[in-house]
Amino acid sequence: MIWDIEIEKATISYREHIALKNVSLNVKKGSFIAVVGPNGAGKTTLLTLINGLGRLRSGVVRIFNTRINKNNISRIRKEIGYVPQHIIIDPRMPISVYDVVMLGRYGKIGLFRRPDKRDRKFVDKVCERVGINHLRKKPIGHLSGGEQQKVSLARALAQDPRILLLDEPTANLDPRAQNDMVNLIEQIYTKEKITIVFVTHLLSHLPHVCSDAILLKEGKIIASGMISEIFTEKRLSELYDYKIMPPHMNRVGYNV
Amino acid sequence: MFEIFQYHFIQRAIVASIIGGATCGLVGVWVIMMRIPFVGVAMSHAAFAGAIFGLLLHINPLLMAIIFCLASTALVGPIADRGDFDPNISIGIIFSLVLGIAFLGMGMIQGPKTEALNFIWGNILIISSQDLLFLLGVAVIVVIFLVLLYKEIQAILFNRELARAAGIPETLLFYCLLFLCGATVTFNLNIIGGLLIFSLIVNPPSAAYQLTYNLKTMYVLSAIFGVSSCLMGLFFSYIFNIPSGAVIIIVSSLIFGISLVFSPKRRVKKYEVSKT
Repeated sequence: MIWDIEIEKATISYREHIALKNVSLNVKKGSFIAVVGPNGAGKTTLLTLINGLGRLRSGVVRIFNTRINKNNISRIRKEIGYVPQHIIIDPRMPISVYDVVMLGRYGKIGLFRRPDKRDRKFVDKVCERVGINHLRKKPIGHLSGGEQQKVSLARALAQDPRILLLDEPTANLDPRAQNDMVNLIEQIYTKEKITIVFVTHLLSHLPHVCSDAILLKEGKIIASGMISEIFTEKRLSELYDYKIMPPHMNRVGYNV
Repeated sequence: MFEIFQYHFIQRAIVASIIGGATCGLVGVWVIMMRIPFVGVAMSHAAFAGAIFGLLLHINPLLMAIIFCLASTALVGPIADRGDFDPNISIGIIFSLVLGIAFLGMGMIQGPKTEALNFIWGNILIISSQDLLFLLGVAVIVVIFLVLLYKEIQAILFNRELARAAGIPETLLFYCLLFLCGATVTFNLNIIGGLLIFSLIVNPPSAAYQLTYNLKTMYVLSAIFGVSSCLMGLFFSYIFNIPSGAVIIIVSSLIFGISLVFSPKRRVKKYEVSKT
């Protein structure tokens, strides 16, 4: 079995707060896994564990069969695209949409070198694919929330990543923009077959190509496996401390 | 009128205005984009504390000012990262510490403190050739750093976390940016003084920020505004025999005011209701 992500007994704590408690998880190459849980469950922390932005207190994290450490994390990050939760951008920020997308390639281009024709061509392709070609020259701060999320996705894809980490990419979007984003992620996965970890607390936002999930509560994995098996009324109600019926599939994704 | 250019001190002052104004303008872009305007005040007081202790220990005050200032800048980033808080807070901590050290030294020192106080007030008309060389050295380092690492700096100014996530050695480069800010402040203290350098680092880039959505243009405008502020300040101070540092600041503030008035970023589109 080829694993892209292997996490063994990982713990992350922020002073008094333990965000992840002894978590173990393996993610197969080319799989699409959802991380589902209520607010404060440790979902974002789990993503930062994978790209090394979080500070690991104990345990082991292996990405592409390499144990991550201070010396190799910068190199490994170049292969991991990261779409964080909505970030606040100053509307007067003197940086264009194109520059932000190109930013994704900077790690791979390397220090002291400038983007060449190949990099520009790659970014052009990504902009077209994500549907932001018409926004390229606009200042990044002038975009709507939905457009900014698309730019964030394009920036992550510009890295040409082997793993894509999506942290609630549909949060704060209107229903149409949510639908567009889910469709886009689905298309990318179907075509590229890159490993995707998709964090959400809203089951209705899961693309239907996502077959596996883990349920995270208070920093612990309470269930993992195929969605059809773990999305039961009992498990979901236990997860949210609230009665929740399992979702059913429609054309776009899961409906609760 | 033109005879003033014959004087060596005026020639040095003009060269210092061009180099110092441009460097402060460039570094100011980082300061404004990273939202750490008080780095200038903290670093100038670190230099003052260093100069005081230089006088106290009979060591070259300029050398001690440089050591204190650069050591303080080197601490800003690691303290912020260790404490997990905004760099502005670590700048505040450093500022209070160096102020305490400066007052301690002031209390212990016997006799005049003029040499140390020069770091606070500065005077562009009395700078030496050695000061000019230091100024040029810092300017060259800043420009080389900016040109070679333009894309990485742009990523850090946009968002530090995203820069790190893309595989850029963000922490090291962020510390380098802070260090160069401190170096620029230290070597420009003789031009307009520690108290006023704050304005030369903040006003030109803030004016440029009002006028453009392009980062490269912002660098260019900020450098031009920095040089213009210094040259005009120098000119008026000579003509009217008034303190140069104060005039430089007033001119840079005026440039900011004019940019604010004509800023395209403040334009508001009108919506007219059709009468049909």
